[in-house]
Amino acid sequence: MKNIGGTLVVGLGTFITVLLAAFAQDSAFRLHMSVVALVLGIATIYMLRQVRFGPVPEEDESGYMDGPIRVGSILTMFWGIVGFTVGVFIASQMAWPQLNFEPFLTFGRVRPLHTSAVVFAFGGTALITTSMYVVQRTSRARLFGGSLAWFVMWGYQLFIVMAATGYLLGITQSREYAEPEWYVDIWLTIVWVAYLVLFMGTLMKRKEPHIYVANWFYLAFIVTIAMLHVVNNLAMPVSFLGSKSYSLFAGVQDALTQWWYGHNAVGFFLTAGFLGMMYYFLPKQAERPVYSYRLSIIHFWALIFLYIWAGPHHLLYTALPDWAQTLGMVFSIMLWMPSWGGMINGLMTLSGAWDKMRSDPIIRMMVISVAFYGMSTFEGPVMSIKAVNGLSHYTDWTIGHVHSGALGWVGMISFGALYFMVPRLWNRSGLYSQRMVNWHFWLATLGIVVYAAVMWVSGITQGLMWREYDSQGFLVYSFAETVAAMKPYYVLRVLGGTLYLIGGLIMAYNLTMTILGHKRDERPIPGNIAANVQPAE
Amino acid sequence: MGLIEKHGAIERNASFLLIGSLLVVSIGGIVEIAPLFYLENTIEKVEGMRPYTPLELAGRDIYIREGCYTCHSQMIRPFRDEVERFGQYSLAAESMYDHPFQWGSKRTGPDLARVGDRYSSAWHVQHLTDPRSVVPESVMPSYGFLARAKLDTDLTSQSLQANAAVGVPYSEEMIDNALADLMAQADPELDASGLESRYNNVRIEDYDGNPRELTEMDALVAYLQMLGTLVDFSTYEPEANYR
Repeated sequence: MKNIGGTLVVGLGTFITVLLAAFAQDSAFRLHMSVVALVLGIATIYMLRQVRFGPVPEEDESGYMDGPIRVGSILTMFWGIVGFTVGVFIASQMAWPQLNFEPFLTFGRVRPLHTSAVVFAFGGTALITTSMYVVQRTSRARLFGGSLAWFVMWGYQLFIVMAATGYLLGITQSREYAEPEWYVDIWLTIVWVAYLVLFMGTLMKRKEPHIYVANWFYLAFIVTIAMLHVVNNLAMPVSFLGSKSYSLFAGVQDALTQWWYGHNAVGFFLTAGFLGMMYYFLPKQAERPVYSYRLSIIHFWALIFLYIWAGPHHLLYTALPDWAQTLGMVFSIMLWMPSWGGMINGLMTLSGAWDKMRSDPIIRMMVISVAFYGMSTFEGPVMSIKAVNGLSHYTDWTIGHVHSGALGWVGMISFGALYFMVPRLWNRSGLYSQRMVNWHFWLATLGIVVYAAVMWVSGITQGLMWREYDSQGFLVYSFAETVAAMKPYYVLRVLGGTLYLIGGLIMAYNLTMTILGHKRDERPIPGNIAANVQPAE
Repeated sequence: MGLIEKHGAIERNASFLLIGSLLVVSIGGIVEIAPLFYLENTIEKVEGMRPYTPLELAGRDIYIREGCYTCHSQMIRPFRDEVERFGQYSLAAESMYDHPFQWGSKRTGPDLARVGDRYSSAWHVQHLTDPRSVVPESVMPSYGFLARAKLDTDLTSQSLQANAAVGVPYSEEMIDNALADLMAQADPELDASGLESRYNNVRIEDYDGNPRELTEMDALVAYLQMLGTLVDFSTYEPEANYR
């Protein structure tokens, strides 16, 4: 017998969600549960078709468990395209407001869909997928817990589907990057604990005496996100059969709890986790050891200690008490150092292999990623200085900063990891096309540069217009005039995002053809040795 | 270097690494957030703050549902230009009953912390229905469907109850009369004496201009019209609240 247990669990899940939809106390919850029931129902039917009775050949469990990683790689690619597309859509809504279609596709509902699709769907799936890949290979151990890895992978996808459909139905807690409502949060908590067990279990049964540095970062990311997620989402549901809840905290305490979470979603989800990715894939692709072992120790502990303090820089000059604001600012500036420790360790790993920048587009992608990491972790501390923040807060400068981190650092390192993993996971001799990687690299880089530059100009322009006085002591601009001044920048931003999206589509095509086993007939990149890369070990 | 060699013990034991990381990441949050719950001067002493009326609370839920916070802040900073543009800078006390807070992080549109009583309700309805008919430069989506959507009042008293459970001082009486209070605030024809005895400084109006139906537009405009109007600044002493 095969696949019985999983099918029963998903079937039971379908049944429960149908019941919840039937007894729902508000229309949003009924609609949401119906959508989830539909998704689970389709999954049940699919799984039923996979059930085999009778004897099945014993699966080979001696090697690495790569099934969930293969699925995760494809899903990362998919969610990346979705996230970038929704991004281009909401950027267009800001340039051309006629593109808002009430009630489901207004900017206010679609914006959380974009941020969650990129951060949690694309970034989160990339993190889970690569962590499963890295922890096995650096521990020389198969993933712990049998089917647990499948539960983590698909359970997380169910979380994404629930979050995304909820936003369009108007189900939100209005906590940035923690918008899903209480029942979705509970589901994520279950999946996340399973993920922690999976990761720790695999570390426990490792055959290497040392835990490799990439795994320190992955572990810190998993455990800190668990802490942040649980505390920030404490809430009282209006009804246990309804979608709405009210936060346990109020006003100023609620604000700091949320930004303690929000900033460390950046610090641990988008930084620590992706540093783990960098520490494995960059040395592997460069075929060089990590530059400094001591630096990695110091910057690891300094980074995770300091990051947690930086939340209040999102609340400078607000009604948060001054002592907390100052503490947040000071720690944000200190954070510059461990951040650059990571950048230096990444870049210097290429010592003696810098020529690969010219010949290997995947290395180029990883290097620009680390360069963007360095740039945005310098920009961040600058923006958290109170005097600078007075200008930059509430403007597009923040949006530009976030995107140089998300598109530049998070996106590029994930693309590099995908280009590294996919040929090995499917036992291909190399990528379908190296030249298409090069195209992806340049389109994405150009897209980010356009995006970030445009947002600097629009953000600083708007900040200065808001505070401009004439010689008589009157404000020069009405608010509406400052909105009108943004129009050309909003149009240009759409262009930057589109370039990045096209790069992503080229990657999707390239990787799909690689998986299908094709090889593009192309002129090799001069000096490229990656073209005859070895298949999986 | 001794310390670096000792680190080897952590690298060989996954449990050490897990517990060590968890301890290190706990410190910052505990030091920064925990004091806010018991330091007396975190929230200023002011006159006039009260919990939201049932109708305002329903409007606030719609404000959250539509993601208004993605473009509008509700936190005026103590700068000359912001105070002149939007009014008195915001106090912590003004969001003491806000579960969750709505300070926002982006001003694609103007700050709304003190938008209450600034425009007529008819202006708000027109603006929400077709923003560019009153502000040509606006990039706001239109929300005309709110005027057609009947307000769902099935969970009105339960909403107050949930807020009371997390610390908002709603009395038994307020919870029991939630639905009646909600109706009374949107219909000047009804007897509002109960509503006015339970909540100070209440604005009563047929907000959406449509007496036949109680809509989501009524609730949202009621919420917008009370924003920033509660605290009596004639009795407020900023010097006494420096922190």
